[in-house]
Amino acid sequence: MERSSLDVWVGIFVVGGMVALLILALKVGNAGDLLRAGPTYTLTASFENIGGLKPKAPVRSAGVVVGRVGSIDYDPETFNAVVKLHIEQRYNRFPRDTFASIYTSGLLGEQYIGLAPGGDEKLLADGDRISKTQKAVVLEDLIGQFLTSRAGEPAGK
Amino acid sequence: MVDKGWLTVSGIGRRSIESLLRLGFAARFLGLTLVQSLTCLRRPRLVVREVYFSGVLSLVIILVSGLFVGMVLGLQGYQTLRTYGSESALGVLVALSLLRELGPVITALLFASRAGSAVTAEIGLMKATEQLRAMEMMAVDPIARVVAPRFWAGVISTPLLTAMFTAMGIYGGYLVGVVLLGVDEGSFWSQMQNSVDFREDVVNGLIKSLVFGVAISWIAVFEGYDAPPTAEGVSGATTRTVVTSALTILFLDYILTSLMFRGL
Repeated sequence: MERSSLDVWVGIFVVGGMVALLILALKVGNAGDLLRAGPTYTLTASFENIGGLKPKAPVRSAGVVVGRVGSIDYDPETFNAVVKLHIEQRYNRFPRDTFASIYTSGLLGEQYIGLAPGGDEKLLADGDRISKTQKAVVLEDLIGQFLTSRAGEPAGK
Repeated sequence: MVDKGWLTVSGIGRRSIESLLRLGFAARFLGLTLVQSLTCLRRPRLVVREVYFSGVLSLVIILVSGLFVGMVLGLQGYQTLRTYGSESALGVLVALSLLRELGPVITALLFASRAGSAVTAEIGLMKATEQLRAMEMMAVDPIARVVAPRFWAGVISTPLLTAMFTAMGIYGGYLVGVVLLGVDEGSFWSQMQNSVDFREDVVNGLIKSLVFGVAISWIAVFEGYDAPPTAEGVSGATTRTVVTSALTILFLDYILTSLMFRGL
């Protein structure tokens, strides 16, 4: 049983397949994030309306991704959406009065949560609830408000 | 053999019983192949040789087709997305269609016609020239020595070929979208990475291709082993391999898609 050029070709074939898979995982997919993701801590925030926010959407502060949206639930007591945020452990210095709002990247792009730190001395810890939140801007509401405000103005303007 | 009354009740009945018999034999044959697969573990060279003939020799057709499928996707996607001013989503479109559907399905169809038919013809001819019987006379089990290595080579090759097809296709989409039509390179890749999930898209695509690989290999070795030992019989078996594989792949694809991507 001797080695032949056939083995070399099969070896190249298998390595090629693995490399392609690695490219798909790291360059095309998000496996790189999964590998890089360090320890996280969880904050909750309840919103009046989350618009089109989805699990795994980014959580940004000053535009930098500091975490991901974990789960989204509906609270039947307060009629609010309860969103769990998984924030990376190295960004654990958010003040207690941090403001969480839902933004849209671009005009019709994906939605994300923006954190605006306040000035409180005390810091948010694992399991805490962010009390200051702002609901998502729903385009239909905006158009509705615009139309009502226009209705009061004199015609022909 | 021209049977005249194929539309009569007895003709329909005979045909149904025949297909049931074939299906039962095919299932028993698969079981036997799996049982005899231990030989492949003891003598991996047998499988390596078949991976060369099925997988490595299919590389050129897979890579070239992947490139062109990706380029066409890039071109068509660009034309449509431009209407809505969202050309930057081109990467997402190309990557998701290739990873979820086109990669596994087209690779499987190409693999069935390129390698599956060859396996059927080879085994059928071995049977027609009584090589399989000669092996039995020498106390060599033809299923362990001939069928099982070809079966496992197909199962191993399909996911690897699918990964290469998909990677090549995404590169083709990149070539047309970014290099030729001027979609922004940064948003092409970053939107792709934001929308493609490793578990949901990449792994599900691979599972699909693995299932297709098992189906193609099973059909190919069975049709070869079951072929009537004549020139006509072997040619008919080769045709049946391609037709049955194509139909099975498309049917399984619908089933798998409805199971995997239900919540998306």
